[in-house]
Amino acid sequence: MYKLLLCLRYLRTRWIALASIVSVTLGVATLIVVNSVMDGFTTQMKDRMHGILSDIVLETRSNTGIAQPNWYEERIRNRLGDSVAGVTTVVTLPAMMTFQHNGNSHTQQINLIGIDQKTYASVSDFSKYLLHPENRDQLDFILKEGGYAPDRERMQPAGWEYRRPIARYRKLVNDRVRDGRTAEEEQAAEKSRYEALQQQIQREQLQSNTDSNTDVAENQSTNADSTDPSTPLEPSTQTDATPQTDSSVASLMAGPGIVIPNKAQQVNQFDPEKEQRTGIVLGISLGSIRGREPDGTVQDFFFLRPGDDVQVTFPNAGTPPRGIDETFTVVDFYESKMSEYDSTFAFVPIEKLQHSRGMIDPRSGIGAVTSIQIKLKPGVDLNTARDALRDEFPPTHEFVEVRSWQETQGPLLAAVQLETTILNILLFMIIAVAGFGILATFFMIVVEKTRDIGILKSLGATGTGIATIFLGYGVLLGTVGAGVGLLCGLLFVWKINDIARVVEWITGREVFDPTVYYFDTIPTIIHPFMLCWVTLGAILIAVLASVLPSIRAARMHPVEALRYE
Amino acid sequence: MNNSDSLRHPPIPAPHMLDTKPTVPYRVVHPEESEQRRTTHSGLPSVANPMLTATGLAKAYRKHQSSVPVLKGVDFSAERGKVTAIIGQSGSGKSTLLHLLGTLDRPDEGEIAFDGQRIDCLPSRQRDQFRNNQLGMIFQFYHLLPELTLLENVLAPAMIGNGILSYWRNRRQIVERAKHLIELVGLSHRMKHRPRELSGGEMQRTAIARALVTNPSLLLADEPTGNLDQETGRTILQLLRVLNREHGLTIVMVTHDESIAQQCDSIVRLKDGRVERLAAPILRTTSV
Repeated sequence: MYKLLLCLRYLRTRWIALASIVSVTLGVATLIVVNSVMDGFTTQMKDRMHGILSDIVLETRSNTGIAQPNWYEERIRNRLGDSVAGVTTVVTLPAMMTFQHNGNSHTQQINLIGIDQKTYASVSDFSKYLLHPENRDQLDFILKEGGYAPDRERMQPAGWEYRRPIARYRKLVNDRVRDGRTAEEEQAAEKSRYEALQQQIQREQLQSNTDSNTDVAENQSTNADSTDPSTPLEPSTQTDATPQTDSSVASLMAGPGIVIPNKAQQVNQFDPEKEQRTGIVLGISLGSIRGREPDGTVQDFFFLRPGDDVQVTFPNAGTPPRGIDETFTVVDFYESKMSEYDSTFAFVPIEKLQHSRGMIDPRSGIGAVTSIQIKLKPGVDLNTARDALRDEFPPTHEFVEVRSWQETQGPLLAAVQLETTILNILLFMIIAVAGFGILATFFMIVVEKTRDIGILKSLGATGTGIATIFLGYGVLLGTVGAGVGLLCGLLFVWKINDIARVVEWITGREVFDPTVYYFDTIPTIIHPFMLCWVTLGAILIAVLASVLPSIRAARMHPVEALRYE
Repeated sequence: MNNSDSLRHPPIPAPHMLDTKPTVPYRVVHPEESEQRRTTHSGLPSVANPMLTATGLAKAYRKHQSSVPVLKGVDFSAERGKVTAIIGQSGSGKSTLLHLLGTLDRPDEGEIAFDGQRIDCLPSRQRDQFRNNQLGMIFQFYHLLPELTLLENVLAPAMIGNGILSYWRNRRQIVERAKHLIELVGLSHRMKHRPRELSGGEMQRTAIARALVTNPSLLLADEPTGNLDQETGRTILQLLRVLNREHGLTIVMVTHDESIAQQCDSIVRLKDGRVERLAAPILRTTSV
């Protein structure tokens, strides 16, 4: 009883000890904040990655891909049985995207992904990250009239609302070309140039073949700017003929680069005001730059919008592969808020890729794929399923690689994990340092209380009893320190974004730059287990630090203690 | 202690018991007799009725190699229900003797018995219990706990003696007894004050109340008036007298003041670590 009473009294009258416990408080608060933020980051990242990536991927590096995806799919379903929630086939290619902006041509490296839009949503949260509400329900690669992310002012207008006036404007510009000449005058000029060229060709044909070829190629490229000779029809309706052969062979015969308007051609000609090319969904960073308004708010500045056309160059399935050009119309953006994906991913219909690359078996009509993605039912153990598939498709026989999503992103997750661990160790060392502070303070208090210890002993208190007082004092101080730290930490985590704002306001520097992190706010997650662990650890350190002074107090000789001045 | 209940005194307000207190003259034993005395002590009823006896006590304080002898063979006996004074100059070893008697320290040689039970060689836990149950101690510098109020200071020994549970169960009785004792020493109006808000005399009276709260049979006082002015010292001595006469409390008091010693029932004089002589009308003087 006296132990408790004295503990409480010492706690109330010895503020110096509380000062020593402040470091414990700070340590606990920091640990909680760090762990919460790190956990928040990791969980957000994992959620997003997991959402983007399917659970397990069967991948081949072969250029021609897996020729019989159906057979593979069947084997997967047989092997995994009920635990499969969805399977989809994908063609993934490294590719290059080119687009015009402000009269300049821009080229970017992309990860071209041909997806089966009907089943792809069953293996990942892909649709959730699309901007148009209808596409979120079901993606169809068709340009919408409008309504793309209405909350993004910078993106408006988009869709047909954007494509139509732009196409009309381009047409107007093309009609009224350079030097103020009208389209008729231009065409007349072209015609005379064409005739001159014809004459020249006839003349040169008398000489060597090679000379004439280079001339023609030059001519073709100069004309390409003004008259846009790209393949005009929607690929699905077009017969299978590659543009290259068309231009290289037929141009010599029919006159290169010049579209002579006649009625039959005008019917079939591609009209960007009314038609679109094959749809492509771009990662949002491929079409925008994240920056700031003059007033400081973070905005995406779009140089591509749904409705714009982009050119994509990718390898075909031949050996050696050759580049193929295709023009796609941006139909939507994809925003997963994972910068790695947002800045490289571009999705197109899988049939288009298989078709263009020549991956379709002419006899069976089955298209090859480069990877098969599998989504497991919730609760199914990822690693078990992966091992089962590895067993089914041994790398020695099948030449396919089986990976889980965690392995795909292993290095990143491991790095975050390591960071968290090291921070935890460092901060616990800080608390341990605080422990030595407590030790010193406690020794001082024991010395200061020597007479009291003597008095208590003369009143019949046992050594254990005296030790209990100081141990209990340590527990109380530790509890108070850790408790206050717990509260502070929780408060900090709860208000972390407000605090970041205040710090920004004071220092004028951005604490959490959303242009870097792709999060609008600092994500936090508080695990109760972590709270217990941190709090108990801090109390334990405080108690351990009070053990030595307690022993010293218990061993004190009563007579000497009473005489102590 | 196994027989602590039988050793216990009845509660203090029991005036009818005062007359029954034995008044048998005190007998001091020569050191040579101590062997024989120990044999008679346990068996035959002694003429004297000693509560506390010590024989051949020796104590030296050692520091490094050198050893400073403080007590060099002291015999001591305190009569039940009497006030015994230990008098001597500074450094004569009187405080050390009192500490040995109060089991705060262990003698190098010799033995101490309380009610016929040896207490100097008990394990420390039992000695702690003995101090708590059987002994009250007051000191020259009062030695109150500065963090506690007057009432809590008085309650401290009871809290030490009882576990949390038994204290909680008996708290009403214990607090009542403490308040009674505080009233007895005349400090009821300062119950909630801290020691630093009290005067010296008040502090010493608090210490007396604290010493009595576990209802001990023996009070050891180490120069209880040494730090007080004469007037206050007198009231403290009167209070001790009252406790001795009316409640039959045995008191052993260390003092260096001859006039105070003269008021006591018997006197033990210490000089250079030995008993000089015993001066009391009935007592024989012994010199060692």
